Amino acid sequence: MTGFLIILVSSIFVNNFVLARFLGLCPFMGVSKKIDTAIGMGAAVTFVMAVAAMVTWVIQYFILAKFGIEYLQTIAFILVIASLVQLVEMVIQKTSPVLYQSLGIFLPLITTNCAVLGLAVLNIQVGYSFLESVIFAIGAALGFTLAMVLMAGIRERVDLGPVPKCFQGLPIAFLTAGLMSLAFMGFAGLVKG
Amino acid sequence: MIGAVLSLGGIGFLAAVILGFASKKFAVEVDPKEEAILNALPGANCGACGYPGCSGYAKAVASGQVDPSLCTPGGKAVVEKIAQIMGVEAVVADPMVAVVCCQGDNEKAKDKYKYLGVQDCITAQMLAGGPKDCPGGCLGLGTCVAACPFGAIEITPQGLAVIDREKCTGCKKCVSVCPRKVIKMTPKSATVHVLCNSHDKGPMVKSYCKIGCIGCQLCKRTSPEVYEVENFLASVKYDTYDAEQAIAGMEKCPTKCIRDFAAGYPEGSTFKS
Repeated sequence: MTGFLIILVSSIFVNNFVLARFLGLCPFMGVSKKIDTAIGMGAAVTFVMAVAAMVTWVIQYFILAKFGIEYLQTIAFILVIASLVQLVEMVIQKTSPVLYQSLGIFLPLITTNCAVLGLAVLNIQVGYSFLESVIFAIGAALGFTLAMVLMAGIRERVDLGPVPKCFQGLPIAFLTAGLMSLAFMGFAGLVKG
Repeated sequence: MIGAVLSLGGIGFLAAVILGFASKKFAVEVDPKEEAILNALPGANCGACGYPGCSGYAKAVASGQVDPSLCTPGGKAVVEKIAQIMGVEAVVADPMVAVVCCQGDNEKAKDKYKYLGVQDCITAQMLAGGPKDCPGGCLGLGTCVAACPFGAIEITPQGLAVIDREKCTGCKKCVSVCPRKVIKMTPKSATVHVLCNSHDKGPMVKSYCKIGCIGCQLCKRTSPEVYEVENFLASVKYDTYDAEQAIAGMEKCPTKCIRDFAAGYPEGSTFKS
């Protein structure tokens, strides 16, 4: 049980996907202008990451490892994740139009999100069990959401301030991200390994 | 080698079959009219029609319960196209354009304090009701300029927002963003407007603005068909608008707060009438 808790804390804070591992920077910069959309994106990523972790774990140990073709891991994972997101999008569109309205526009963005692929690869590298990799996925996605929402809150305020012309838009956002990353470095050493 | 090709191909094939099956099973029917209407709309997603974005409006029109002439940015051409898709006759209303009902720029209207904060009308309004002494006058800090998706608003060097009647599409974004409600929607065909937004009594208006409406009723007495005065502020009755009468009333105005846009925009504006 403590093992799961450690995985959760380490993936949310210590090894935050965005601010410590620098994965998924594209949506982090693109969708973090408003808190509402940041939360929507975070929810969509959480869902996709949890499902993707399960599926890629099964693919790795029951197909790739069995046939001795682990070197095809990256391309197989991309293939599976992309199809999975498409499938999820279709199912949501049919079954829950309300959920589709709020998450739908983010789903295509996640198809090629490197955070999802990075998560799948990390799961295998560290050698997590099935349950551990799902916990890790949820933690990583929560960390991603946390970073997104914090960033959106800051950017909403920065928008009102007098930003020098050369820093307007993305430059000030990257500076903010850098400072947030420095702050998150404070968690380093909280969890061993 | 062959194993790799087969297994990866197998995964891909399986995914393709599942997706193909799912696309049939979970297909959501979209009205072809809806798509056609969406393509005909300008895609500005301005919300002037009252729906969230062009797709929302296309859906509403396709259902047949909503008037196809609500898209103001698209104008006549788009309304006709939509009407054609829907198979109904096009009824084109007189397009509405926004007008800043104020001429009290920095030279003509007094400030009650010097505002040095963030250059934003909403923020300025929060500080003791804004720097202008007049409670309804344009603050000229350009919140509407930033809100306008069509670049139809400018701030004159004298600090007054002016709207280009040609570029304005009537999306009402500036109307909703203006903290002093000084921007009003008017029919495009009417060119004479009362450019004042102060309901204060005459002497009060005179104390802070050289060009405000003092509620003297001269315009109403000259052209009762076109003008009315309520709460010490004249306004144009656009339903019974008549250009000749409007100009006759305008010429009687002692403070010149009524302006004919056909004869020119306020001083300092780069817009051409």
